[in-house]
Amino acid sequence: MSSTQARPYPAEARSGSEHTVPAAQAARMRRRRRRRETLTAYLFLAPWFGGLLFITVGPLLASLYLSFTDYSLIGGSRWVGLDNYTRMFTDDPRFLKALQNTTVYVFVSVPLQLTFALLLALLLDRGVRGLAIYRSIYYLPSLFGSSVAIAVLWRKVFGDDGLVNHFLGLFGISGHSWIGDPSTALWTIVVLNVWTFGSPMVIFLAGLRQIPVSYYEAAGIDGAGKMRQFFHITLPLLTPVIFFNLILQLIHAFQSFTQAFVVSGGNGSPSDSTLFYTMYVYIKGFNSFEMGYASAMAWFLVLIVACLTALNFLMSKYWVFYGDN
Amino acid sequence: MARILLSLRGKKLLVHLGLGLFGLVMLYPLLWMVSSSFKPDGLIFREQGLIPTSVTGRNYAEGWNALSSPFSHYVVNSLIVTGGAVLGNLTACSLAAYAFARMEFPLKRLWFAVMLGSIMLPVQVVIVPQYILFKQLHWINTFYPLIVPKFLATDAFFVFLMVQFIRTLPRDLDEAARIDGAGHWRVFSRIILPLSLPALATTAIFTFIWTWNDFLGQLIFLTEPEKQTVPVALRTFLDSTGQSSWGPMFAMSVLSLGPIFGFFLAGQKYLVRGVAVTGLK
Repeated sequence: MSSTQARPYPAEARSGSEHTVPAAQAARMRRRRRRRETLTAYLFLAPWFGGLLFITVGPLLASLYLSFTDYSLIGGSRWVGLDNYTRMFTDDPRFLKALQNTTVYVFVSVPLQLTFALLLALLLDRGVRGLAIYRSIYYLPSLFGSSVAIAVLWRKVFGDDGLVNHFLGLFGISGHSWIGDPSTALWTIVVLNVWTFGSPMVIFLAGLRQIPVSYYEAAGIDGAGKMRQFFHITLPLLTPVIFFNLILQLIHAFQSFTQAFVVSGGNGSPSDSTLFYTMYVYIKGFNSFEMGYASAMAWFLVLIVACLTALNFLMSKYWVFYGDN
Repeated sequence: MARILLSLRGKKLLVHLGLGLFGLVMLYPLLWMVSSSFKPDGLIFREQGLIPTSVTGRNYAEGWNALSSPFSHYVVNSLIVTGGAVLGNLTACSLAAYAFARMEFPLKRLWFAVMLGSIMLPVQVVIVPQYILFKQLHWINTFYPLIVPKFLATDAFFVFLMVQFIRTLPRDLDEAARIDGAGHWRVFSRIILPLSLPALATTAIFTFIWTWNDFLGQLIFLTEPEKQTVPVALRTFLDSTGQSSWGPMFAMSVLSLGPIFGFFLAGQKYLVRGVAVTGLK
């Protein structure tokens, strides 16, 4: 009995909703459901919005304001207009030195690091047995690279009686302290960044996996050699990954702090040769508490990174290959 | 035929030899540090080989007690900070990621773009006002400035990572649950979270490693010796005595890398996948 009753019921209900409920009411219900979904979504996002307001965007705007003042933690603050920004370029040789050091560091170490990453990825992608082991070995320095412990080690590896000099000694070359010489100190930190090529390498490996084997088979049948295959298949199809790695590592390198800070003992020595941009921001902001000035420098860094990224995206039209064009 | 096979094998051997040698060069400084940490002070710079001719544990004992508190004190501080950060990122980032991946709401595209943009923001540009804010709250020399932001999903990388992961999960399951009358909270907690375990593992491991290594934040917000974490303590050690006592310095450096190495061994699968998906460092 219940089954005979149950069957027609849903049909009735369905026809009822189609014909008897006015369109306006249905629309209202839909709107209410959407409003509830919106409310729930914003509840899920509430922590993130809190962080955006208090930890990210709020401080971002606050530091923009501070950059036009001479705020220091101890005294009050006075509006100084663009003074901080002009001071950076006209009245602060240390700032220019820091900018120069960081620029050299970024534009030498990032291309080198990516070249190593790509070369090793290509070698490993050719079906080498034990790929996982090699990948792990090369990847490990990326995890350690930004730690204080490694910076401590670096001071000793490139120090007076460190590993590097002992190695050179085997060939009869007598080295000096690479850390203590202003003309070489920066390069030891460049080497440290190149040493962490493992993480872009893993990204390259994943990218290489995406290239269909059939492309190579077809090219092989057509008589294309290994070199031609590399330049006509591998490299073009890998350009989006190269682009991605480049953007990522450039942004990362500009913000480099720990290594130079520890290697130089916190002041960029010898003679400011390892004074990095972010280190100088720290020194001004938290050692001499010139927080207005530090904010101006930080904002200029944002500007540099943003311009560089935008430029990269513009340039990408000419060399990044997205398959469909 | 035999000769071709032989030369092929020879070539393979050569590749292995090259890759292995290169790996050894890369790891040599690390191995040298470990080995040196067991050498008596006088031997560290006289003997560059990896196998010490004489082994001692004195460096560890000396380094452990070199600062005002025993090293374990700084390890506990670091564990509190990293533990809090992991917990915060897991909760806040997965909540935000669910909203971006599975819900429809006005301005979604705008907020998603803001979230992506915040990944690229250099920390230096917000740290001065953050410091002023935390000072007003009397949070300097507490662990709050290092933990509370994580509960507010400020590590947007992980929101992005989890959005990418949740998007790959089939929608059939949560749609079926929705038709059965389950609300978003139930779908999130009963279906999406359990399925997202790999992404959660990646988030936990990376958060641990980054927070454990993080130096700038801990240097700025923790100035009292009592509150210092491992990286800051190591730096204090280096500045005060490190120049003369490299053995103990190396010993504590090795200890400080131990947990990262442990996570690396345990979670390699998740690390490699995480790097490949989002390009994390």
